[in-house]
Amino acid sequence: MIDTLRLTAEEGLGLIESRQVSSAELHAAYVAAAAERDEEIHAYLRLCEATETGGVPIALKDVISTRGIETTAGSKILAGYVPVFDSTVAARCKAAGMPIIGKTNTDEFAMGSSTENSAYGPSRNPWDPTRVPGGSGGGTAAAVSGGLAPWGLGSDTGGSIKQPSALCGNVGLRPTYGTVSRFGIVAFASSLDQIGPVAKTVRDVALLYSIIAGRDVNDSTTVELPEAVELPTNESLAGVRIGIPKQVWDLAGIEPGVRASFEGAVETARALGAEIGDCDLPLSFDYGMACYYLIAPAEASSNLARYDGVRYGPRVDAPTYREMVEQTRDAGFGDEPKRRIMLGTYALSAGYYDAYYGQAQRVRTLLIREHRAALEQFDLIATPTSPTVAFPIGERAADPLAMYACDVMTIPSCLAGLPGLNIPSGRSEGLPVGLQLIGSQFGENALFRAGHALERAIGFDTVPERLR
Amino acid sequence: MSTTWETVVGLEIHVQLKTRTKMFCRCTAGYGAGENTQTCPVCLGFPGALPVLNRTAIEWTVKLGLALGCEIAPRAVFARKNYFYPDLPKGYQISQYDMPSCEDGSMIVPMPEGELTVGIVRAHLEEDAAKTVHMGGHSGRIGGAEYSLVDYNRGGTPLLEIVTAPDIRSSEEAKRFLLLLRQTVVELGISDAEMEKGTLRVDANVSVRPEGSDELRTRCEIKNMNSFNYIARGIEAEAARQIAIWEAGGEVRQETFDFDAGSGTLTPRRSKEEADDYRYFPEPDLVPVEPPAEMIERLRAELSEPPAVRVVRLGKELDLDRALVLVTGGLDRLFTATVAAGADPLAASNVIANNLVGAGVDPATVDAMELAKLVSARERIPRAAFDEAIGSSGDPGFSADPFLELEVVSDASELDPVIDAIIAANPGQAAAFRAGKEGLLGFFVGQVMKETGGQADPRAVSEIVRGKLLG
Repeated sequence: MIDTLRLTAEEGLGLIESRQVSSAELHAAYVAAAAERDEEIHAYLRLCEATETGGVPIALKDVISTRGIETTAGSKILAGYVPVFDSTVAARCKAAGMPIIGKTNTDEFAMGSSTENSAYGPSRNPWDPTRVPGGSGGGTAAAVSGGLAPWGLGSDTGGSIKQPSALCGNVGLRPTYGTVSRFGIVAFASSLDQIGPVAKTVRDVALLYSIIAGRDVNDSTTVELPEAVELPTNESLAGVRIGIPKQVWDLAGIEPGVRASFEGAVETARALGAEIGDCDLPLSFDYGMACYYLIAPAEASSNLARYDGVRYGPRVDAPTYREMVEQTRDAGFGDEPKRRIMLGTYALSAGYYDAYYGQAQRVRTLLIREHRAALEQFDLIATPTSPTVAFPIGERAADPLAMYACDVMTIPSCLAGLPGLNIPSGRSEGLPVGLQLIGSQFGENALFRAGHALERAIGFDTVPERLR
Repeated sequence: MSTTWETVVGLEIHVQLKTRTKMFCRCTAGYGAGENTQTCPVCLGFPGALPVLNRTAIEWTVKLGLALGCEIAPRAVFARKNYFYPDLPKGYQISQYDMPSCEDGSMIVPMPEGELTVGIVRAHLEEDAAKTVHMGGHSGRIGGAEYSLVDYNRGGTPLLEIVTAPDIRSSEEAKRFLLLLRQTVVELGISDAEMEKGTLRVDANVSVRPEGSDELRTRCEIKNMNSFNYIARGIEAEAARQIAIWEAGGEVRQETFDFDAGSGTLTPRRSKEEADDYRYFPEPDLVPVEPPAEMIERLRAELSEPPAVRVVRLGKELDLDRALVLVTGGLDRLFTATVAAGADPLAASNVIANNLVGAGVDPATVDAMELAKLVSARERIPRAAFDEAIGSSGDPGFSADPFLELEVVSDASELDPVIDAIIAANPGQAAAFRAGKEGLLGFFVGQVMKETGGQADPRAVSEIVRGKLLG
């Protein structure tokens, strides 16, 4: 009997390689677990047949195009859309023999921090089904934490891998921009979108990253990794310099339990030999959110223009082309994409471009410099991932700004194109708390080493208490 | 005292590059395939599809930029031009915008009164839109159509947009500039540049001003002109329209017109309620284009003598108009070789530009030595033989020699009996000619030529006929 709640991907691979279990049997076990628990959790939008063999099954966020399998990005406007091609990451998973368990729920077009913006209903947090799993990649995070997948892929634009990983008690990596292909990923904000792994351990995350990363001729913004991915083994942090942004301590809205867990993790790092010091990211904390909410919607307003009902997806018939497009988009998009299309259209408009989009790009350059300066002094930067633990479903749904505040600490490093890793640092009110480690460009191996050592020392149990 | 007006013209030229594949995907670019068969997720704008630059298109853009004396940008950036239209599958067109590949060039246009220099403001690369046909309704436009058909085969093919400075002062200058630009593009091998096929499209910005002034008054744009002659006529019609407005004390409004060559009329396009706002921003799916210095140098070294320069050179040997015809017809290399082989320049130019082109012979297949022999013998050998020789001059292994042996018959003793018989057979015409209907001379000459199988010398025949009827 396979314990899908506990089995890591690495262990699963061991079972497959020693022929104790086939990948089809593993796939069946996760599908069975979904049949048992997903009615409550709603991590999956649809389950898939196993077509690959030899690898560990995987869950894919529904922004990832899969040939022959409906891909909706959580939106009604893509209902019934079946891609004729695989995204590069899906193709690489398939080439590694990994069967797809299912496509996971997401906020519509990955816009949100709770999956409540999914047109197909919210996912629920396996630790407490009255609460959100985070977002936008709440489906993948809930699947991994609820034992419905050993690992999965998410997409992160401003925190959509890191924040749900924190709220569900998973390990999640947002890779360095340009290391993982975006080909076949339903675009939200092209200069920020990155695909990355979610799993129960840092080693699993590193393993999955090694499978999906590297230059892709179909994505001009990708590069070859400067060094091979190493599966971490170290248990010490001797000589590792970790900077804590001074601004973290003054940030309003950080829950005391989150703060306590973060302080505990910092002490653990110190005990493992890390050198802890203060760093300074004033612009990132003051302007990161504002900058992000100009750049991301601006790009989104353009990326979402293709959904016009002409070539694919549902169409609302109307007497003229213009009315057809207007009515199709009105019926197909939910409130959050509409809000961001309007924000972005405004930010790019003649007469406003310089003051909004142009200014945000200049600020982005400053944030890149500020992070670079901090990472000259330190190997890694540490912050809490989310200011709060998982919040009740519905609590923030009517308040976009409160929702946006979920990502205040994940956003700046996304704007800087830097890799970020969430690992569980403990619990508050019985719910998982996440620690965010930010590395230098292409510094994934350093993140994996530090994450692994901390993970071992913290000894967080990734299985939700109520399911143990 | 009435004002003398000067026309001011700037041109925007779109050249479709004949790359094997499209601008941002691997689909075949080209004509003739069934509708929507040359498409893929990238050029249909499917979710998640990403553009990848066509290297050849970049190289050809640099090549044209160098040929036009432009600065080649060490870093060019593609932008998104956002607007909704069914021919635009992504909802935006990828186009170079504020950082184009080529800027600040120029081209000379030899004119009878001297050389005109036309500034090239920029040449930039963009992707073409799909082809739309609006069915039903009468406007041929999307508004009012019952339905529209879209062929995405053309969507995503590479287009070069070339923008000139407002340096052109007449329709004739515009026409000559376009002939030379087209020839430049064709010789670079980057486009067929055929207006009928739409691989060359020209819009003209026209304004007028009192001669001697250097102000730039409100300009209007004319579109939809599908030949160089129509462009010239369109410019003249628009200039005349504006002059009439100014002279009547009115004010020219900025407008866009379609020129209808059939009626010679300008029809304003329905003016939009609000100004276009394309919300340009840098295309985040592409990295900047940074052409390597060694590529630029290699392309620069490959450039041959520009058409305009060759027109100037040949214009000294012939007149400018003949030189322009030869160069822009792709005939000047054959001309030069034929003259070098001993032919008289004027005769060679006439034979090549008229007879050879008229016979549909590809100048590249013609042996200049043999052509030179024909040009030199053309007064001597029968007309029919000459025409036949020209017609086959492009055949492999063609020799002029068998044709040179045929002589025209100008000997009166041979022609007399033929002419007598023809006069006898046409007494009515003979009487009319005698009565003063001189035009009938051609009739008699024609009959003689027919009777002799084209071997008679027409000049000798006319003299004899005239002598016999009037003498």
